[in-house]
Amino acid sequence: MQKLVLLGDEAIAQAAIDAGITGIYAYPGTPSTEITEYIQRSGEAKEKGIRSSWSANEKTAMEAALGMSYAGKRTMVCMKHVGLNVAADPFVNSAITGANGGIIVVAADDPSMHSSQNEQDSRFYGKFAMIPVLEPVNQQEAYDMVHYGFDISEKYRIPVMLRITTRLAHSRAGVQRKDSRKQNELKLPKNLTQFVLLPSIARKQYKDLIRNQENFNNESETSGFNEYFEGQDKSRGIITSGIAYNYLMENYSDRICPNPLLKICQYPLPEKLLKKISEECDELLLIEEGAPFIEESLKGVLGNCLKVKGRLDGTVPRDGELNPNIVARALGFEDTRGRDVPAIVAARPPSLCAGCPHIDSYLGLNSVLEEFTPGRVFADIGCYTLGALPPYNSVNSCVDMGASITMAKGASDAGLKPAVAVIGDSTFTHSGITGLLDAVNDKTPITVFILDNATTGMTGGQKSAANGRIEHICIGLGVEKEHLHVINPMRKYHGENIKIIQEELNYDGVSVIIPRRECIQTIGKNKKEDKLKKGE
Amino acid sequence: MKKDIILAGVGGQGILSIASVIGVAAVNLGLHLKQAEVHGMSQRGGDVQSHLRLSDKEIASDLIPYGKADMIISVEPMEVLRYLPMISPEGWIITSIKPFINISNYPPLEKIMSEIEAFENHVALDADKIAKESGSLRAANDIDYGNFEEAIKFVFGSKGDDIVNINLKAMKAGRDFAETHSHAKLK
Repeated sequence: MQKLVLLGDEAIAQAAIDAGITGIYAYPGTPSTEITEYIQRSGEAKEKGIRSSWSANEKTAMEAALGMSYAGKRTMVCMKHVGLNVAADPFVNSAITGANGGIIVVAADDPSMHSSQNEQDSRFYGKFAMIPVLEPVNQQEAYDMVHYGFDISEKYRIPVMLRITTRLAHSRAGVQRKDSRKQNELKLPKNLTQFVLLPSIARKQYKDLIRNQENFNNESETSGFNEYFEGQDKSRGIITSGIAYNYLMENYSDRICPNPLLKICQYPLPEKLLKKISEECDELLLIEEGAPFIEESLKGVLGNCLKVKGRLDGTVPRDGELNPNIVARALGFEDTRGRDVPAIVAARPPSLCAGCPHIDSYLGLNSVLEEFTPGRVFADIGCYTLGALPPYNSVNSCVDMGASITMAKGASDAGLKPAVAVIGDSTFTHSGITGLLDAVNDKTPITVFILDNATTGMTGGQKSAANGRIEHICIGLGVEKEHLHVINPMRKYHGENIKIIQEELNYDGVSVIIPRRECIQTIGKNKKEDKLKKGE
Repeated sequence: MKKDIILAGVGGQGILSIASVIGVAAVNLGLHLKQAEVHGMSQRGGDVQSHLRLSDKEIASDLIPYGKADMIISVEPMEVLRYLPMISPEGWIITSIKPFINISNYPPLEKIMSEIEAFENHVALDADKIAKESGSLRAANDIDYGNFEEAIKFVFGSKGDDIVNINLKAMKAGRDFAETHSHAKLK
């Protein structure tokens, strides 16, 4: 079979199709989005009847995947690292219920925060839940690990985490496929109380999970993904995690490291291999893509006689993504650099597109808020977060999905009036609905802008969960009809729009304004697709 | 054989499509490939780059080390300068001279051009003009490369025959241009 050129994300998706999943569940989030999109586009997945539409959020995705596993089928659930916070409740508990059909949870971390609010390392979640974690070094290994992951998931009846980072997710390489596997038959768990986490049952299953740790350890020692390479120069041993191995190898033109080297790609940590390298070498250098996860567990609190270098002592920077040059400096090699960037080169920060409906929403909001002291607008996660930057300077918070409405509520409760929330249509259905219910129940004086561009814009225009139904949801939650307005965010309606905004800011209760106009990016995309369809 | 190339431009200019075309062509030739790209927030009008690595041997890192790139190919003149820390001492910079101005403090084009011309190994060309003459402004990116017919068909195939043909036409115009301007001494 010829090699396919695939992004890391796409390699995972193709592997999931080939390994016989029946469904994939996800909410879009950079850098994980392309996994699900690949399956949505794949003709092969369509033929095999693999379900793949977007979930409302990561928690609903994780739970639906757990239900599919309960029914005996293989399934994958994908999210960005902060999405795992949203899914944390079912994720951690799924280690106690265990799996029936194989289940892989893909967590895509974003060191350096290319498109994120933090750079949390999902390996901690894996350890927290006490499940096996796989961390591929390249696209081919990502593909292979999906097959292996489903094997051990079904062998030990445990969910398995696949942890990747942005660089692997969004980098392409040739990938060799394996033979396709059939999907599982519908088959409920033998023990129909396996998924009932009543305390009496959960206590017993937790003990099973603890007992299973030995098996997971054994897999880490023997699966071959954790590799030990002998080296002559034992003054230093090197331990890498995931794609850090590639940056290390880039520094040796013959791809041979003179020091003993332990490449870690599977957790729980392989204790025997770690003992071997620490006994053989005078000191250890830890190169990890992400947090000093292995480094901390080697060092412990009390420390020991072993010298451990890495992110904690500054040999490697404490934060941010790695690259070959950072690793070169950690190794003590000479660094390379081309010419300096000429001083005339100006920064080109991301910005709202020309013609974006959010621009008109912010211009309207800004002109009404001019009469008040600044600092009253709580925003959320999406393209509209760019409203925090000049020339708009419109918003004062961006914390997590849904936090706009609830933070505006808290600030209003504290006495800030008016207080405004700005949230997109997709973020609203992801995590905004419950917050709005809180505000309605309290009759909190806030004005909520639900910017409805009919899509999940920031991640590339995925389908939004409640397209065209946002106002019905608001009314269902108890928002008063007379304080719910759908407006058209266009320059020519600026005058009438700011009148509505002004009135609602004065209202002593919950008001909702829905500026509705389609995303300028998806308009273009849809037009092209229509043209193509007509052409056929 | 090893070629480490930085592709540069602004979000929406088609950097990722260029990277795909070269990538698919390379793998079809049996070469090893690694190609890292930027998705998500930066794509909204921000600067975008792709690291494209081709080799007849296995490639280790997805990222090209600073000071090691053989070439920077940019579809925008200021953007080529942003990545100069990546270029190797013998490296070439190749850029379109048509600016993409979406910021208020965009520097004067003459200053950009004089920085580009100060770089000994440079090729600066009016890709838009060549593309216009071949029939599509949108296909200006293909001008910079030749010999990628199969890859273009593969990458753009899902967008219909019109798009494929426009890109093929642009590619041929690019090749003709390169042949008649071979004084650039590109190997």
